[in-house]
Amino acid sequence: MKRGPIARIVLAIIFFGFVFSPLIIKRVESRRAESRVRLDAASALARHGFYLREVAHAAGVDFVHQAPVLDARLNHIMPQVASMGASVSIVDFDRDGWADIYVTSSKEGAKNALYRNQHDGTFKDVAGELGIADVNQAGTGVSMGAVWGDYDNDGYEDLLLIKWGKPELFHNDAGKGFTRVTEQVGLPAWVNANTAIWFDYDGDGLLDFFIGGYYNENVDLWHLASTKMMPDSFEYAKNGGRKYLFHNLGGGRFEEVSEKAGISSRRWALAAAAADLRGTGHQDLFVSNDYGVSELYLNDGKKFHEAGEATGVGFAPKSGMNTSFGDILNQGKYAVYVSNISEEGVLIQGNNLWVPKDGTNSGELKFENLAREFGVEIGGWSFGAQFGDLNNDGTLDLYLTNGYVSLDRNKSYWYDFSKIAGGHALIIEDAKNWPAMEGRSLSGYQAKHLWLNDGSGKFIDVAQSAGATDTYDGRAVAMADLWNTGALDVVVANERGPLLIYKNTVTPENTWIEFALEGTSSNRSAIGAQVTLYWNGQEQVQSVSGGSGFAAQNQRRIHFGLGKTPQIEKVVVRWPSGKTQTLTSVKIGEINAVKEPS
Amino acid sequence: MSGQAVTMNGATSGGTAPVGVGKFFSLENKWIAPIFITTILVVGNLSFGMLESYRKTGIAIVASLVTELILSKIYMGKWPILASAYISGISVGILVRSPAVWPYLVCAVVSIMSKYVLRVNNRHIWNPSNFGISVLVFLAPETVATLSIQWGNYLLPMIVIWVLGSVIIARVRRFNITGTYVMCFILFAFVRSWITGSPWQSEVAPLTGPMYQLFIFFMITDPKTTVKSKKWQCIVVAIVALAEMILRLDQVVYAPFYALFLVGPAALLVEYWFELRLRKSVLVARATA
Repeated sequence: MKRGPIARIVLAIIFFGFVFSPLIIKRVESRRAESRVRLDAASALARHGFYLREVAHAAGVDFVHQAPVLDARLNHIMPQVASMGASVSIVDFDRDGWADIYVTSSKEGAKNALYRNQHDGTFKDVAGELGIADVNQAGTGVSMGAVWGDYDNDGYEDLLLIKWGKPELFHNDAGKGFTRVTEQVGLPAWVNANTAIWFDYDGDGLLDFFIGGYYNENVDLWHLASTKMMPDSFEYAKNGGRKYLFHNLGGGRFEEVSEKAGISSRRWALAAAAADLRGTGHQDLFVSNDYGVSELYLNDGKKFHEAGEATGVGFAPKSGMNTSFGDILNQGKYAVYVSNISEEGVLIQGNNLWVPKDGTNSGELKFENLAREFGVEIGGWSFGAQFGDLNNDGTLDLYLTNGYVSLDRNKSYWYDFSKIAGGHALIIEDAKNWPAMEGRSLSGYQAKHLWLNDGSGKFIDVAQSAGATDTYDGRAVAMADLWNTGALDVVVANERGPLLIYKNTVTPENTWIEFALEGTSSNRSAIGAQVTLYWNGQEQVQSVSGGSGFAAQNQRRIHFGLGKTPQIEKVVVRWPSGKTQTLTSVKIGEINAVKEPS
Repeated sequence: MSGQAVTMNGATSGGTAPVGVGKFFSLENKWIAPIFITTILVVGNLSFGMLESYRKTGIAIVASLVTELILSKIYMGKWPILASAYISGISVGILVRSPAVWPYLVCAVVSIMSKYVLRVNNRHIWNPSNFGISVLVFLAPETVATLSIQWGNYLLPMIVIWVLGSVIIARVRRFNITGTYVMCFILFAFVRSWITGSPWQSEVAPLTGPMYQLFIFFMITDPKTTVKSKKWQCIVVAIVALAEMILRLDQVVYAPFYALFLVGPAALLVEYWFELRLRKSVLVARATA
């Protein structure tokens, strides 16, 4: 060293400044985060404009999810393999104008439940009497999720049930019962599926559906032919289940067209959702994959073209477990939220918030991940999430549930998990090589996240102070105005845990409007219809979804928060048929029924 | 990982220096290691998308080079050969995993600065990128992790990297370090398996990952931060593997980095202490003679 002691001391000071800069950055970032102090309802209402209260038991819902019990050769890692199946979907199955709730259980012999809304704040399970409860019989696999769509346009939502096993389609008989039509439709004998959605990909007025396989469809998890059924890589796996696209031919007939339509992935799909991301009038298909990159299938109305890498969403492989769309900046464009895994000290994938880049037109859709900038990046072992305006202030908020396996609080499986995750395919794909869990937790007992959108590109986590205080292993999140009060309630399905219903109370200062859409030349469920609300010089777009988040489906009705003094300029509905309808006379604070003009 | 290029460079001193194109392609060329690691990066990323992003890796490389240029000029009075700083930067770009940008910058700068600050007997004692990464994962675990997964699952690229790496390391006469470490790791993997009851495959699994390929070919072989005698190089690296095993038994995820962080400098200090004693005894012997 040619410099004297002073220069070296200066260098040392700068050096240690850099060394300890992570601590300074951590301190600054923690100041930006919301306090974890729990507030009483009045304080939360005053501070955030809403509060949540868990009311499942009071509402007559005491549903507890039961996890699968698989082949005994998986016993040593059973909690992590049998870690999915808790799902929730919102449906008004009897067309009474009140949201009902369908939930799945995943143990052989366990019953699913359909909670009919009693209009008095309570629900009653009617799945048994209607024939859609006992669907987890031995030998048929167990439920992993359910989505509802009116495939025959008779006005009643039909039930597509996916399983690690035989998928099922139940026709809704005018809300009075269900008829199993699985065989007529020609559903495959066995699919280990964790995601399915309804959408009309070709705009012919008939709902089609997509099913995404997770484990290979040749694997019977109860009778393993081989223990080599795990992913062959933690981030590059391509030995998952195949994908199915069933095109609705009408008359209750479907044709499987995935290959023909350009969908042939064998990635481990966990969460699919569809929305018109480019303004083409066709719903594009976004698939978040575990153990790999996400896929974005751009829809030209007849075929899909995978553009994950080209659009930026399919470059860095992570552990995708959620797909939800939200116009978070009120600019008429959807951002996409994909949840991943973050565990302090081991693995920091960070969740992705894919925001369309400015200046991109429909032909050159590009996304950039702004999760960190928006403050919605770190969510633990994240699963289902949904956007919705929980305080009716006019901006979409984000609810995220998380937590993988909660067993012994003081023992973690993470070290062993990280060890095997780095192994070569020959090691990682064989379940017998995985160290035993022995009652240890893997990202268990995690605090949930409820990020309030300030409208200017920042989300603040208010989960604890707003009442979302559970620490179950959350899987599916669905939002619905369960009691027709103009507030979005949150329903959370937990693995091996209770179904939670967070009833939402919103400050009356903030107003709202809802739209109940019904297609005529479009599919009657209006899935894919897009509503753009113009008010107070801003716009927000939402669409009717046939499934989003993780193993979830929100209410079909579209809910907008409007803030304090709304001046609605117009409402534009673009139907899947291509028709556009402009509404100028709508009622604030009410549910507006909108029928597609013939 | 920096310093490997110095080995290549240093290896020329004993032989006939090639000239022109021959010099560029000769294994003595100081740029072989940078070219090797760049090839791993480019092929890995084009094939499997292994990087967090080009931007973050670019930031790590640029920060590393700029820091080296500035510090060498100011504190050494000369413009540096940038090969080792480039390797440090690219190593940080590959090994650090973070959704944030700042860890790449901080890790690269800290790695290079450590060479100029943490010195004993005018020699830096920590492998730069090992120091930077260890500091970062220790102080910012909520934001930073290290590469811990495969780059795809193809056996052939892995074999190519192992063979190429072994050949290069052998040519610079440091295969004894890599070989000893690998043997010890496998041996200790079976010991861990016996102690914990975990399948031996899960204990060996990390060695099959690219993080270890970088660790054993570039980091533990750094000539600037390893002891001089071949025998002691083997002993020290065996102690690194032993320390790693102990840390692994305590379920420390970043065991290899911490093991090298602890053992590497300690070995150099012991070596320095022995050298001092030797020098003193020679002086005493001369004085008494």
